[in-house]
Amino acid sequence: MFDMKKVLMAVGLILLMPLALCLAGETGDRLSKESVIEKIQKDKVIRVGMSTFVPWAMKDKQGKLVGFEIDVARQLAKDMGVDVEFVPTAWSGIIPALMTGKFDVIIGGMGITAQRNLKVNFTTPYDYSGMSMVAHRKKAQGFSSLADFNKKDVNVAVRMGTTAEQAARKFLPKASLRLFENESQALQELNLGRVHAVVSSAPMPVFHALKYPDKLFVPLEENFTKEPIGFAIRKGDPDAVNFFNNWIINQHASGFLKEKKAFWFESRDWEDLVK
Amino acid sequence: MKHKKNILAASVFTAVLILAVVIGYKNLSYNWQWYRVAPYFFSFENGRFVAGVLLQGVWITFKISAISLVLALVTGMVSAFARLSPYVSLRVLAWCYVETIRNTPLLIQIFVIYFVISPVLDLSAFTSAVIALSLFEGAYSSEIIRSGIINIPKGQFEAAQSIGLPVFATYYKVVVPQMLRQTLPMLAGQSVSLIKDSALVSTISIYDLTMQGQKIVSETFLTFEIWFAVALCYLSITATLSFIIRRIETRMRFVN
Repeated sequence: MFDMKKVLMAVGLILLMPLALCLAGETGDRLSKESVIEKIQKDKVIRVGMSTFVPWAMKDKQGKLVGFEIDVARQLAKDMGVDVEFVPTAWSGIIPALMTGKFDVIIGGMGITAQRNLKVNFTTPYDYSGMSMVAHRKKAQGFSSLADFNKKDVNVAVRMGTTAEQAARKFLPKASLRLFENESQALQELNLGRVHAVVSSAPMPVFHALKYPDKLFVPLEENFTKEPIGFAIRKGDPDAVNFFNNWIINQHASGFLKEKKAFWFESRDWEDLVK
Repeated sequence: MKHKKNILAASVFTAVLILAVVIGYKNLSYNWQWYRVAPYFFSFENGRFVAGVLLQGVWITFKISAISLVLALVTGMVSAFARLSPYVSLRVLAWCYVETIRNTPLLIQIFVIYFVISPVLDLSAFTSAVIALSLFEGAYSSEIIRSGIINIPKGQFEAAQSIGLPVFATYYKVVVPQMLRQTLPMLAGQSVSLIKDSALVSTISIYDLTMQGQKIVSETFLTFEIWFAVALCYLSITATLSFIIRRIETRMRFVN
């Protein structure tokens, strides 16, 4: 049974598809032509891409987002006179999500690296973070330097796509890496004693070792890297870089960033919020 | 006449589809860098062939799928016979296994086996993955095999009994060959599913094809290029398998 009417209708619909795609395709040009700062003001909302990282961003007991990044993004929205909308995204896909316009900016403790900078633009640093390590007492007994972990039979768990993964590759090239999508899975692996250590940005490893003092310990006294943390935005948007840079410089000067950092990274006053 | 119209409609449809893809490809504000993909497949160091990480991933995916496929068929076979056995306890056991596995997501099964069960038994990630995949696909194969056995005419069993074939020989020489001939297309579909489902083992940090893809993407952000390449790898594995099974099918048709 061949129904000409139906076929014609189908063909008509399909012919409209490229048109729709053309219109969709224009977003690409539009994104580069007009600044995201304009868009934020028009929409009266700034959409922030982030991912859960203790204590940068986490859920409190009521399920509300709290953390260092969250405070920074809320203050930024307040200063711009707009609302803030957080878009939780899997860390490994956060840069492609920014590039395809799923949100306006990444404020998520993202370390500024050359490889990332080829795909997105970064603001001036609003924070510095460093890599630290938490290890299993039994498995990594007596380990106290990077060299101890840099051995063939050592397993290290890290979160995929993070600077922790890159640092582990760079400083522990001989160790075998176990990559997980979430921090919690990597830590679970450590608690079960299936890996010797987890590498992650400070202060998480120290906090985790304090939680399980009889099972875990912190093998290195100092962080073994220092990395600048910036907002990430799409390329080709000088207005946004300028606006965010100056906002960050202002917040450094006013002491806001310092105060927030002290609260989230040096004190443990916020533990009651999330437990 | 009708035939010509059909061909015309089909070719218009295909042309429009290709046009749509091309326009979408061009308009996506994304800088395509296909030239960076090749080294991840293979490279030559001082004239020697070196397999890239994607090829290593293909090998791991192949290994996991092959082992799981054999185990899944064995599990499916055992469970199908258990469901048809005269003993109630066996029937209930097999029914519980099939229903539990079929009605829960594979991802959760992998997590339960790897994070909950395997620390107790001290299993490696690879073993956990193989167990999870075999159990999952085995449950589906079990139902396929059971339907194949049920569909064999009763006369076949009676004939085998009347010439005095022992039970084992009845199954081995009469039931299983006929069951296979009927269920092979469905089992083929199931094995293709198994290969695609094996992508989920990347979540427990096994360096299969999907994991290697994720790793490259997280380092280089060649998001679309790498995922297309990975999809192509899966397609080539599953297409090869389908082709082999098609050959077996035509062979079986002429066996009497």
